[in-house]
Amino acid sequence: MGMPPVPPVLYLILSGILFTIGVIGALSRRNAIIVFMCIELMLNAVNLTFITLSRFLQSMDGVLFAFFVMAVAAAEAAVGLAIFVMLYRSRETINVDEINLLKW
Amino acid sequence: MAENYGILLQWLIFLGVAFTSILGSVLLITRKNPIHSALFLVLTFVCVAVLYFLLYSPFIAVIQVIVYAGAIAMLIVFVIMLLDLEQELRSGLKLFYSKVVGGALAMLFLLAIIYAVAGAPLSGKLGPYTPAKLSDNVKVVGEVLFTEYLFPFEIVSILLVAAIVGAVVLSKRRA
Repeated sequence: MGMPPVPPVLYLILSGILFTIGVIGALSRRNAIIVFMCIELMLNAVNLTFITLSRFLQSMDGVLFAFFVMAVAAAEAAVGLAIFVMLYRSRETINVDEINLLKW
Repeated sequence: MAENYGILLQWLIFLGVAFTSILGSVLLITRKNPIHSALFLVLTFVCVAVLYFLLYSPFIAVIQVIVYAGAIAMLIVFVIMLLDLEQELRSGLKLFYSKVVGGALAMLFLLAIIYAVAGAPLSGKLGPYTPAKLSDNVKVVGEVLFTEYLFPFEIVSILLVAAIVGAVVLSKRRA
């Protein structure tokens, strides 16, 4: 009696849980850096879905997409953190509630 | 029999890593101190890298550790130390609404994902990359990256240069 290997459904559900935790964090925290970390967590959850489907559909496209997502995340981290540093210099805070210049 | 032990080990690693990553991400969004959050972010990234190994993608797993757990997390820690943040203020009424309503909507979203995923089996045409063929993962990734995905690859290099220039311009002091 062989044991079945880990099914793709479990990987996808884990990815959904991580993404949801990221959404809740991004909605409920006010520190811009923690919001940024939650966005990185969501990107990671989506990457996990890409790799899972790539493995179980035996295709290479998901792996390449995850690669490009990582490159874009690195670019986003560089620019985003530079923006946080600039915001802190000019406003003395990075609370997302108090940065409301573009709000109508 | 040996194969059975391999699959048992795979289950054990998957369950352990899955629970650790969920725990790490929950701690990430609940800690008050941003440095603690950043360290739990690294923990979650490493757990996801282990999952990539289980999914026959050692290349992406190594890149995950180098780029995410190495570069991005280190950048975040640096910026946190640079900024000297005050403690997050306690929640006002607006934050309460965003927590409750946003949390409820997010849970609804999770239920929708689980419903969609668990309902139907994985359908789609199987590609040529069987696990046996993926055993030399780096070579396969390189072959596909430099032939089929050559143009996006070059675009990404331009994007990275633009991001570096943008970061330098942003953080330069105005004269």
